[in-house]
Amino acid sequence: MGAQPIADNLFTDDNMTALVGARNKQTGHIFFPMPLTENDDIEPIALASRGTVWTYTVQRFPPKTPYAGPADPMNFKPYVVAYVSLPGQTMVESRLTGMEPEDVKIGMEVELTAIPLDPDAPADEQIMIHAFQPV
Amino acid sequence: MSDVCIVGAGIHPFGRTEGRDGMDQGVYAVNQALADTGIKWEDVEFAFGGSAASGAADTMVSKLGLTGIQFINVSNGCATGGSALNAAASAIKSGEYEMGMAVGFDKHPRGAFNADPAAYGLPNWYGEAGYMLTTQFFGAKIMRYLHENGLSTEALGRVSEKAFRNGAKTDHAWRRSEVDLETIMNAPMISDPLNKYMFCSPAEGAVALILASEKKAKELGGPMIRLKTSVMRTRPPGSFEVFAASIDNERGGTATELAAKAAFEQAGMGPEDIDVAQLQDTEAGAEIMHMAENGFCAHGDQEKWLVEGRTEINGALPVNTDGGCLACGEPIGASGLRQVYENVIQLRGTAGEHQVPGDPKTAYTQVYGAPGVAAVTILQR
Repeated sequence: MGAQPIADNLFTDDNMTALVGARNKQTGHIFFPMPLTENDDIEPIALASRGTVWTYTVQRFPPKTPYAGPADPMNFKPYVVAYVSLPGQTMVESRLTGMEPEDVKIGMEVELTAIPLDPDAPADEQIMIHAFQPV
Repeated sequence: MSDVCIVGAGIHPFGRTEGRDGMDQGVYAVNQALADTGIKWEDVEFAFGGSAASGAADTMVSKLGLTGIQFINVSNGCATGGSALNAAASAIKSGEYEMGMAVGFDKHPRGAFNADPAAYGLPNWYGEAGYMLTTQFFGAKIMRYLHENGLSTEALGRVSEKAFRNGAKTDHAWRRSEVDLETIMNAPMISDPLNKYMFCSPAEGAVALILASEKKAKELGGPMIRLKTSVMRTRPPGSFEVFAASIDNERGGTATELAAKAAFEQAGMGPEDIDVAQLQDTEAGAEIMHMAENGFCAHGDQEKWLVEGRTEINGALPVNTDGGCLACGEPIGASGLRQVYENVIQLRGTAGEHQVPGDPKTAYTQVYGAPGVAAVTILQR
């Protein structure tokens, strides 16, 4: 067991190089993530790995359950949550990583990566979530 | 067609009341509304009511009296109160009834609303990874709005400052102390750009309104407060709502814009005809967005309006004269009806310390919330 993605159908592959989006075959409408229930009209597609920050906020306090990341109020580290516009597809809600909250700018270019939900967990037990980082 | 009139209004103070559950607060509001109207429970022909967390409204009959009344429960998210009012007005307009009631009440636990991803059609990872927070949605939405429209975060602080100033003058408000702008701007951040003074809290409270036909209202002899319109709308494509793992690149309109447009058309009025407005202010940014979405000012003009004091109680268009959700808290089932209650006392001229000067004749309410619903009313005296 190495680091594992937080869910089976979040990324397209084990290397976590792209997110799985959903495309309506009738209308062409693209959204994220795949619906929980099967639908013949919806097919999975690989989402673009580069986009721009459309808006963002900062989670300043530790969330309650169902949050499964580190939530100790004493050493909780605020995280940035953004909507990243993927051209021609959709805007994906995602954490931003590799920058301080003060350095985030609307319009900045970012690319997909994967980060551990709890950076202090042992490397082979890490649960990976999607995030975007500066290009 | 004859107008529907609001002939009585009752409120249970918002905030926290230990030892009294949400439904009992509803009963309190109903009894106050009956006394205000000068009628008995036996005179009420029908009721629509709802709460999000305090039980089925129709069970109130066990406390109010088993008169056999038609009592229909309404469950419509943040528009529950507005939808109850809407349904009550329709029942009278249809000619089937002369007098009835709309009631809303709630009592929520402290802190932000807990939410289960599955209830929103979202996978568990969405909550586990830390996205299942309403506060994030509000922060991200107003962050974009400020950026697009050249508004500063101080505009948010000014909304909160006004809310607490008005709440300090209002008997039914929860937050009764003024907070100065500097204190507000230096408060700890919750979800940027919104800090702890810029969010409302879930809270408790109840409101009951008695509605009657024009004929019945004249018989009762009180001030004629006419419900010119009551409109509820759901979201159009491309709106930006809570708990969205993705939103369309192509942006669209809002439920509020749809409701406002329909309401003004039905009432035969425009935004310039309104003397006082109660606008949804779940957080300070909501009031700013809703000033424009309801048509009262252009997008981007809000900060100028706030700096000039145009939305103060003595301004050109007083907004949230009782301190809104920021000062009263937001018991979901009661919140939209509180706005209407506030407008009723403003139009009667009985609002006391927070009375709008100049004898207001027209009053507007707008509620907005999950899952992308809006309700608007216009009252006229």
